[in-house]
Amino acid sequence: MLQVKNLKVRVEDREILKGINLTVNTGEVHAIMGPNGSGKSTLARALSGHPGYEVTEGQVVYDGKDLLDMDPDERAREGVFMAFQYPVEIPGVNNAYFLKAALNAKRKQQGLDELDAIDFMKVVKEKLKVLHIDDSMLLRSVNEGFSGGEKKRNEIFHMAVLEPALAVLDETDSGLDIDALRVVADGVNAMRSPDRSFIVVTHYQRLLNYIVPDFVHVLSDGKIVRSGGRELALELEEKGYAGQTAAGARQ
Amino acid sequence: METLVQAPAWLRERREQASRRFAEVGFPTTRQEDWRFTNIAPIADAKFALAEGSFAQAPALISSVAVPGSLRLAIVNGQFAAGLSDLSAMPKGVRIAGLRDGARDGTDGLEQHLGKVFNIDAHPFAALNTSLLDDGVAIFVLVVAGAHSQVRIAQTFIGAADSVYFNNAVAEIVVGEGAIVDYYTDQRESERAYHVANIQAHVEAKGVFASHAFSTGAKIQRHDIGIGLKGEGADCTMNGVYLADDEKLMDTHTSLDHAMPHCTSHEIYKGILAGKAKAVFNGRIIVRLDAQKTDAKQTNRALLLSDEATINSNPQLEIFADDVKCTHGAAVGQLDEEAMFYLQARGLTRTEARDMLLHAFAGEVLDGLKIPALREQIETNFFNTLARDVALTA
Repeated sequence: MLQVKNLKVRVEDREILKGINLTVNTGEVHAIMGPNGSGKSTLARALSGHPGYEVTEGQVVYDGKDLLDMDPDERAREGVFMAFQYPVEIPGVNNAYFLKAALNAKRKQQGLDELDAIDFMKVVKEKLKVLHIDDSMLLRSVNEGFSGGEKKRNEIFHMAVLEPALAVLDETDSGLDIDALRVVADGVNAMRSPDRSFIVVTHYQRLLNYIVPDFVHVLSDGKIVRSGGRELALELEEKGYAGQTAAGARQ
Repeated sequence: METLVQAPAWLRERREQASRRFAEVGFPTTRQEDWRFTNIAPIADAKFALAEGSFAQAPALISSVAVPGSLRLAIVNGQFAAGLSDLSAMPKGVRIAGLRDGARDGTDGLEQHLGKVFNIDAHPFAALNTSLLDDGVAIFVLVVAGAHSQVRIAQTFIGAADSVYFNNAVAEIVVGEGAIVDYYTDQRESERAYHVANIQAHVEAKGVFASHAFSTGAKIQRHDIGIGLKGEGADCTMNGVYLADDEKLMDTHTSLDHAMPHCTSHEIYKGILAGKAKAVFNGRIIVRLDAQKTDAKQTNRALLLSDEATINSNPQLEIFADDVKCTHGAAVGQLDEEAMFYLQARGLTRTEARDMLLHAFAGEVLDGLKIPALREQIETNFFNTLARDVALTA
C-alpha cells in the first residue's frame, strides 16, 4: 500500500526528516511516536502534500504510484486522508456542502456517479449515527467556532464519509479529554478493515490503548530509531523517550 | 430633444441652483480629500454628449434582468420607457409619479423631497445630475415610503457590452416612520463604462432601511451612499460587495449620520480585486452629541488576488456622544493558504477550493438578498464575472 524510502524533508531551510523508511501494508495500523520536534507531524504533512514541506530526497510509492508527484487534492482523491492536528476554520463554507463536494470529487475520480443532496444526506446521517455525532455539525461552517474536541470529531466524521484507503492521523489525540478521545478512537476502530491502512501519529501512548496498533515506530531527530509491536508503546510509556536516540537503538 | 414643457417653478429653480453649483465647482479632482484616490479625468475629458432615445439592445438587456412578479420601471438613456416597463402588478397604495406625469400633484412628495435628501454642495456629480433633471440624461429616483409602509426596490444598471458611456445616477429615499425599505443596487455596467452613483436616504423614527450594493462592472465606479438616521430607534444596514480586475477602479464612499438616540447601524463592505484593480473604501460614521445609545458596526474587508491589486481603506469615526457602542474593523489580505490546503487535502482542486473560499467571502453580503429570483440573478452574474476575472488573473 505505502512504501516510504529514504524520505528527506525540509521546512524553511531546516532539514527535519533525515531519511525515513517505512512500509505500510494494506489493513495495517502503524503508530508513529516520538518526542516533540522529532519530525512526526512533518512526516504526516509531507505525505499529504503540504506546500510548506519540501521533499529534498527519497521516494513515496502509494498503491504503485508516485505519491510525491501528485498534488494534495489528487492524493486525497486517490484515497489518502489526513486528519489535521489543527483543523482550519473556514467561515461561510457549510460543513455538509463542503463534504459533499469532497465526496463527489472522489467519486468522480473513481468513475462513480456524483451523489445528489438526498443520497448524500443518507450516507452522512448513517455515519453520524455510528460516530455519535450531533446533526447540528452539518449546518455549521467548517470548524468555525468548534471546540478542540469538536474539530477532531469533525475530522473523523470527514474520514468516515470519504472512506480513504490510507488515513493519516496527525496528533488527533492532542488536547482531547478522555470522552472525546474515546469518540475519536471508536470512529477509527469502526473503520478498521482489511482494505484500509492507518498511520497514527501521536506523542502519547494513551491513544494506543484505544486504537491498538500492529506496529509502533519511534522517531527521533528525523529518523525512525526503533520499530516494534504494540509492546514498544507500553515500554515508551514506562521509560519515556529518553535514550531512544539513534545511538540507543543500535545497542 | 423633448424637454419638460411645464416644469414647475420649484423644479426649474432647483435645476438652476444645481447648475450654478456645478459650474462653480466643476468636476472633482484628486486634490480634494473625497476624491484623492479616484481620478475622474477620463470622465471630465471625454465630454460625453447627452444620450438620447433608445438603442437596439435595450429590450434584450432589460428582459435579461427582469424579476418576475415585480413592478418594473425601465429607464433607457435617462428616460422612462413605458413600453419596456411593467406596472401591471401595482399594489394598492403605491404611486409612481414621473416628472412629466400628468397625474402628479402636490401630495406626491416630489416638491417636498426631490433634490432635498442630499446636499448638492457635497456631491458635485449629484449637482450635475440635478442640473440635467428631465433633460434626458439624469437618472433620478425618489422613493418616499410613507409611515409603516414596506417596499423592496432593486435597481440594475446595465449597458451594451463593451460600449463606452457615462452613467451618473442619483437616488433619494425617504423612509417614513416605522417604514421598511430594502434597496438593492446591481451595477453591471459595460466594462468600459464610467459609473457614478449616489444614494442618499433619510430614515425617520423606527424606520428600517437596508442598502445592498453589488458591483461587477464599469471601468471606474464611484458610489456615494449616505444614510441619515433622523428619528429615534431607526435602523439601517449598508452592505456591499464588489469585484474588479484589469485596471478597474471601484470607489465606495459611505456615510452614516447617527443624528438621534437609540439608532442601530450595520455595515459590511467586501471587495475582491484581481489584476491591477484598485479599490477605495471610505466609511464615515458620525455620532452626534444627542445620539446616545447608538450602536454602530462597520466592517470592511478586501481580498487581493494578485500582487498588483491595491485598496485604500479608510474608516472615519467621528463620535460626539459618550454613551455609544461603535466598532469598526478593516482587513486586507490574500486568500488564506491554510484554508486552501485544508480544502485541497480533502480532494478539491485548487480552483474549486479557491472558488469555494471566494463564494464564502462574498456570501455574507449575498445572503442579504431576500428575493429569491433576484438573488439567483445577481449571484449568477457575480460568480460568472468572478470566474472570468479570476481565470484571467490566474
